[in-house]
Amino acid sequence: MYQYDQYDQAMVDARVEEFRDQAQRRLDGKLTEDQFKPLRLMNGLYLQLHAYMLRVAIPYGTLNSRQMTALGDIADKYDRGYGHFTTRQNLQYNWIKLEDAADILADLSKVEMHAIQTSGNCIRNISSDHFAGAAHDELIDPRPYAELLRQWSSFHPEFTYLPRKFKIAVIAAETDRAAMRLHDIGIQIVKNDAGEIGASFYVGGGMGRTPMIAPQIREFVPLDQLVTYAEACLRVYNRYGRRDNKYKARIKILVHEMGAEEYTRQVEEEFAHLLEQGVEPPLAELERIKPFFADPAFEDGPKSVDRSDPDFALWVDRNTVRHKHDSYVSAVISLKPVGGIPGDATGDQMRLMAKLAKQYSFDELRVMHTQNIVLPHVKIADLHALWTELEAADLGAPNLDTIEDIIACPGLDYCALANARSIPLAQRISENFAKNGRTEELGQLKLKISGCINACGHHHAGHIGILGVDKKGTENYQLSLGGSEAEDVSLAKITGPGFDEDGVIKAVETVTDVYLEAREDGERFLDTYRRIGMTPFKEALYD
Amino acid sequence: MTDLGTSPDEVQFRFRDDEPADHGTVTVDACCDQTNATAVRIEPGDDARVLLPFLDRLALVEVNFPSFGDGRGYSAARILREAGYDGELRAVGDVLIDQLSHMRRCGFDAFAPDKPLDEGDARRALEGFGNVYQSAADARKTIQELRHE
Repeated sequence: MYQYDQYDQAMVDARVEEFRDQAQRRLDGKLTEDQFKPLRLMNGLYLQLHAYMLRVAIPYGTLNSRQMTALGDIADKYDRGYGHFTTRQNLQYNWIKLEDAADILADLSKVEMHAIQTSGNCIRNISSDHFAGAAHDELIDPRPYAELLRQWSSFHPEFTYLPRKFKIAVIAAETDRAAMRLHDIGIQIVKNDAGEIGASFYVGGGMGRTPMIAPQIREFVPLDQLVTYAEACLRVYNRYGRRDNKYKARIKILVHEMGAEEYTRQVEEEFAHLLEQGVEPPLAELERIKPFFADPAFEDGPKSVDRSDPDFALWVDRNTVRHKHDSYVSAVISLKPVGGIPGDATGDQMRLMAKLAKQYSFDELRVMHTQNIVLPHVKIADLHALWTELEAADLGAPNLDTIEDIIACPGLDYCALANARSIPLAQRISENFAKNGRTEELGQLKLKISGCINACGHHHAGHIGILGVDKKGTENYQLSLGGSEAEDVSLAKITGPGFDEDGVIKAVETVTDVYLEAREDGERFLDTYRRIGMTPFKEALYD
Repeated sequence: MTDLGTSPDEVQFRFRDDEPADHGTVTVDACCDQTNATAVRIEPGDDARVLLPFLDRLALVEVNFPSFGDGRGYSAARILREAGYDGELRAVGDVLIDQLSHMRRCGFDAFAPDKPLDEGDARRALEGFGNVYQSAADARKTIQELRHE
């Protein structure tokens, strides 16, 4: 994976010192809270309901065992012994003291990590395919392009006070594992008819209160113009994105109101202009980055496992994914134990996952946007030993992509924006399905819960989505069906009137009953919904 | 750094050796109509590109930041520099310590903050980052260029 050189390290170190200085000026009264707020946000520091939250960037979701160990140590030293992996492949600490923040950033910088631009109206951490470099179906590893964009977007002088936050995802497979078209810019690395590698740009996707699927605005950008094209996309947005209303300030609204065609025209005009300015980094930089992501030394070995232990066999079936080398798999460590908090891991668990990555996965881990952890390159021969250790640490839940593998935002338990709790709902639903034994029968079923309209829990993209709202002072939950964040991207539709907490748990069961009744061979919940439509579900819920 | 203190035109920092232009800026609209205007003031909603035909006669462009969180002025500045404008480019308004270095990178070479800034804080902010990741309106070599020299 990528390693800092002296320049990268110096930039991160300078940022730590800058933040120390800013925090001191705040304490000295030279900065008002209004002036300090965007500065601390750009260093990942939020004020939540009960304490400060610090969000640490994990570029394109990739980290090594040393970094994961440091994250575990920080959880123990500065937080309450745990951290929370997020839907943008980052990590959040929920119980941070302001006076510790600069020290935490300094600890992070020792392992080439930081919290730069994990919040604020700037370009956020770049996300990517969690199976990058391991997937059997990818064109090439997308992470070198993500790294190039990481550098370009870090401390960008023109794009630090955008109308609103800005999220970029990069993938390089037809299978979309990064919700690419639900980002402000989604980039798919593709090959054109001439056999050249380039980038397809999709601009103006997003979730939030006005979900939109990004339209493609350029089919092919040559690799030596990638940064220039991104710069053109951002400049048009910075100049013309709305600033009069925070809720209409994302680029999706600009693209929607201006029309994709007109936005594209303006980007192309800006792009032609910027090409003459020579803002593109030398192509040699991409060539320098690529070897960091070269394949590790894979070895041939057994291609199947001993399935005599049914628990192990179930975990292998559920939680391991085909690898480009047939003696390996990518193994998913579920952070969704039944009744647990989605995405939470203790310091001990983080250190264990780090150790296992070192032992079994060429020292590499990935964070999934579904709030699980991947060991990308595990020998099939090592799976039983790995599983045994995971089981012992409560990390062996065999539920990848099942109804127990719920995405949930922090909700009203932590978040100042939330209208309703998400976590207890996720806990109760996973307990419910574990108890009634239907999880396995239901197969792939993506359930996503947001505690408010900002949609951090991706409810618009859930096969089943739940949105918590405030209804006259009580928590109320809207159910929606038919969303997908994948290559078959779609936005979920609301079933009808909302439910209370018990009611929505029952409603989830009801819609799964309708599916089991109606499904045809091999259909997922989503496929059945798309075939039979909303009506049968509505009838079961409301009649 | 030429420190002009709080002189009548309230420019606190200026990174140019030439004589400051007479203040007297006009709006972008007026600038396009008047053939003799030499100083203009850009508001956040103005399109800096309408000034491009008149750059030869301009000696001062002020870019107003009514609120530091409104970043349109950064694009305006770069656009003017990319078009070859080499007169004074002055950031005015809600200009704060922590925006100075980005503003410099976008081509601003004079600063007239609403409230005078602490000189030491400003110097530290401008000198904090030894290198840069992306090319902008300044002549600094990027990290990527340094890596491949």
